[in-house]
Amino acid sequence: MSKNSYHINNLKELEAESIHIIREVAAEFENPVMLYSIGKDSSVMVRLAEKAFYPGKVPFPLMHIDSKWKFKEMTAFRDKYAKEMGWDLIVHYNKKAFEEGVGPYTHGSKVHTDVMKTQALLEGLNKYKFDAAFGGARRDEEKSRAKERIYSFRDKFHQWDPKNQRPELWDIYNAKVQKGESIRVFPISNWTELDIWQYIRLENIPIVPLYYAKERPVVNVDGNYILVDDDRMPKEMADKAEMRMVRFRTLGCYPLTGAIESEADTIEKIVEEMMTVTKSERTTRVIDFDQEASMEQKKREGYF
Amino acid sequence: MEITEFLDQDQKKDLLRLLTAGSVDDGKSTLIGRLLFDSKKLYEDQLSALERDSKREGHAGEEIDYALLLDGLKAEREQGITIDVAYRYFSTAKRKFIIADTPGHEQYTRNMVTGASTANLAIILIDARKGVITQTKRHTFLVSLLGIKHVALAVNKMDLMDYSEAVYDKICDDYKEFITPLGIPDVRFFPMSALKGENVVDLSDKMPWYHGKSMLEYLETIHITSDRNFEDFRFPVQYVVRPSLDYRGFAGKVSSGIVKPGDDIMVLPSGKTSRVKEIVTYDGSPNMAFPPQSVTLTLEHEIDVSRGDMLVHPDNLPGISRHFESMLVWMDEKPMDLNTQFLIKHTSNNTKARIDSINHMVNINTLEHFDAKTFELNEIGHVTITTAKPLFFDAYKKNRQTGAFVLIDPRTHHTVAVGMIIDKTNARQAHRITQHELQKVAQGGLLIDPVQKEKRFNQKGHTLWITGLHGSGKNELAYTLYRELFNQGATPVLLDGKSVRAGLSRELDYSPSDRAEHLRRVAHMCRLLNDQGMLVICSFVSPDNAVREQVAEIIGPDKFHLFYLEANLDFCKSNDQYDIYKKADRGEIQHIPGYDMQYDIPQKTQLTLNALEKSHQAETIFQYLEKNIIYPVS
Repeated sequence: MSKNSYHINNLKELEAESIHIIREVAAEFENPVMLYSIGKDSSVMVRLAEKAFYPGKVPFPLMHIDSKWKFKEMTAFRDKYAKEMGWDLIVHYNKKAFEEGVGPYTHGSKVHTDVMKTQALLEGLNKYKFDAAFGGARRDEEKSRAKERIYSFRDKFHQWDPKNQRPELWDIYNAKVQKGESIRVFPISNWTELDIWQYIRLENIPIVPLYYAKERPVVNVDGNYILVDDDRMPKEMADKAEMRMVRFRTLGCYPLTGAIESEADTIEKIVEEMMTVTKSERTTRVIDFDQEASMEQKKREGYF
Repeated sequence: MEITEFLDQDQKKDLLRLLTAGSVDDGKSTLIGRLLFDSKKLYEDQLSALERDSKREGHAGEEIDYALLLDGLKAEREQGITIDVAYRYFSTAKRKFIIADTPGHEQYTRNMVTGASTANLAIILIDARKGVITQTKRHTFLVSLLGIKHVALAVNKMDLMDYSEAVYDKICDDYKEFITPLGIPDVRFFPMSALKGENVVDLSDKMPWYHGKSMLEYLETIHITSDRNFEDFRFPVQYVVRPSLDYRGFAGKVSSGIVKPGDDIMVLPSGKTSRVKEIVTYDGSPNMAFPPQSVTLTLEHEIDVSRGDMLVHPDNLPGISRHFESMLVWMDEKPMDLNTQFLIKHTSNNTKARIDSINHMVNINTLEHFDAKTFELNEIGHVTITTAKPLFFDAYKKNRQTGAFVLIDPRTHHTVAVGMIIDKTNARQAHRITQHELQKVAQGGLLIDPVQKEKRFNQKGHTLWITGLHGSGKNELAYTLYRELFNQGATPVLLDGKSVRAGLSRELDYSPSDRAEHLRRVAHMCRLLNDQGMLVICSFVSPDNAVREQVAEIIGPDKFHLFYLEANLDFCKSNDQYDIYKKADRGEIQHIPGYDMQYDIPQKTQLTLNALEKSHQAETIFQYLEKNIIYPVS
């Protein structure tokens, strides 16, 4: 048998690495959870978890932090697949703030994100006393993530200190935490955007239809096409809506996530668009522009 | 090209992980920036953001500062240096790449070691104006320490030396002289100007005297698959998959070697054997698994396997020991405290570890050895380590996966050190290393089927262990048993305190700890003899219940038969052939079980024999042997 039989391609190597990480966490933590954002990266991560424990079931729950401003199609997708796949899914949201009516239109994107995403996440983690939380972040997404560990240590306040991260060598991960401390685990750290799309294509992983181009009612806000997803959008804004062929490169809260004009209605066309129209994916997330190095700031505060 | 064609091609690419070492001054960030840029990875908006940043903080005048693309964190940007490992991703038509970008400053050895741990290849940058400097040597040493097999020496800034072949040759010669003793198998040289893009992606016309490949072409074509160890099958069990009561799958990543359904395997540390029934994956059952695949194995037999165990081929065992020597890199701000009992993580195994000795330290600038009493941040040295339970390991040089470990501080939980195990045959202190765990599995029993031995000797390779006070008549009974068995055609072996203490345990006294060590040796001897098919008769006071249990554990509970010779102290004193009690009465000796120290009366025995009924003792034992088919077996 030639040496070539032992050749492993990029995706299979990444897959093996991710599965190894997911199994390590399941074996070494008392109470792990997988944060499920409904996005494409999350969908890949969940598939990897299913593979890791096959033919057994995934031995930890998924948790979705619902900001209550997600696209309707996201929520519908979440509920459909959780049921079909038999996931143990926790949906958590900041009840108090929701009842107070916190939202991006009334409180601004910064307050909304902080209260409905970051605070809600920390609340959810504390409520169930999770000592490890998987996230679907990738190192190639954004500059401050390029230095993130696979096991990212968080103190009792879920804070990230970029200067105080544990050395991480080989595939040996330090899972030791004191009570109250936790680890954020990023099993798909080494995947690129193209890897994710390629994997979704090869594995037939279902994704939210918003990723595919379709005629949708959108409003042009400073060059970002914002979808009119429900009647919470201020009327004077919604009135400016026009039908355009658009799709979303990332998914989040609908008022904070811009669509791009696109004809790409298949994965192949999405990849083609990605390879030719060169715009890195996070630019369509409005929150990143709030302040210089804003992602790093959010990470310090406990957001991913 | 059609997009489906593109995707199908993309899917076939493999992954190369590389490390870049050198300081910003050497043009490292410029080189990386150019590799990324020229491979079209730099997306439009990243570039426009860069132009914005460049105006404010740039250090490269009018030109685009590639370094800014790479320095992620704000604090670091303010200092103008990268202070951690950053991972970059790019892809060409032929391959995908992950670059671990690490800084070159001395205080950041920690980061470079981290980046090197997962890399297949290292690019070491040299400023052509400076040549081989201390920093180059340091980087090269760390690269070799972490077992990187391919080094590309990029002699950069050739534009500032008029693209001189002589300058380049001199640097290459200097470097070769330095690198030879380090034993890095594959070293290549590249004259280059990262700033001008000469020999980075395309071959330069400025250096017609250079006939090699460009850096990118080299990175795209270098063969790395055979760097993996396909010889020694090692499968650390990570997780036991149990979807139903009658299904047990052992999940893990193949560290090295190849496994196929039907392969004989041995479980470490139990030594139990079975065969691979199936390789299970979500995508079907492949006919083999190899590194670095993550799979699940099912076995033909129902045997006990749990996380931390290792599956191996029985004819190819790793080192199995609680003692080993290792190179250690100290990663923590706080110096090493030799009194700490560290937590050690090695493959999927967690246990405790102690540093027995610091044998020498290495000056990473000169590679000279020196002595030290402790380790400080970024120091590297050679140590001897003892762990609380045996590890299953290979030399790091042979096997990166099973030769690597980390030490964790039990209080702070920091990863304080990382280690690379040295081939144990080279261990200078080999005489101190107990190899009993190795013997435990490397039994001669493997050569000949135990059933065949049973037939030949007409006996089972078991141990009959007689315990009782001094003077209870143990030895007498043992001798009777030995003679009778021999006369009837068995092949017994007799071990008693006197004979073992005359040689094997000569330096040990009668204190509880030395008694324990003495009996540990005896137990391993029994194990070896049993494995060869011998029926062993042991006569030892063995007063401690815990030690007897340990002995049973070493020999194997199913092969260990405990006979208690019950006698009161008065009887023993009257039967005191060696005047032990008389001497004790006079205070000449101490530690006499049942007299001045505890003798634990065995709670669970196979037989309890009355010391007064001498005539029945041997007979009772013979009945027991026959009934349990220990002797005769046919």
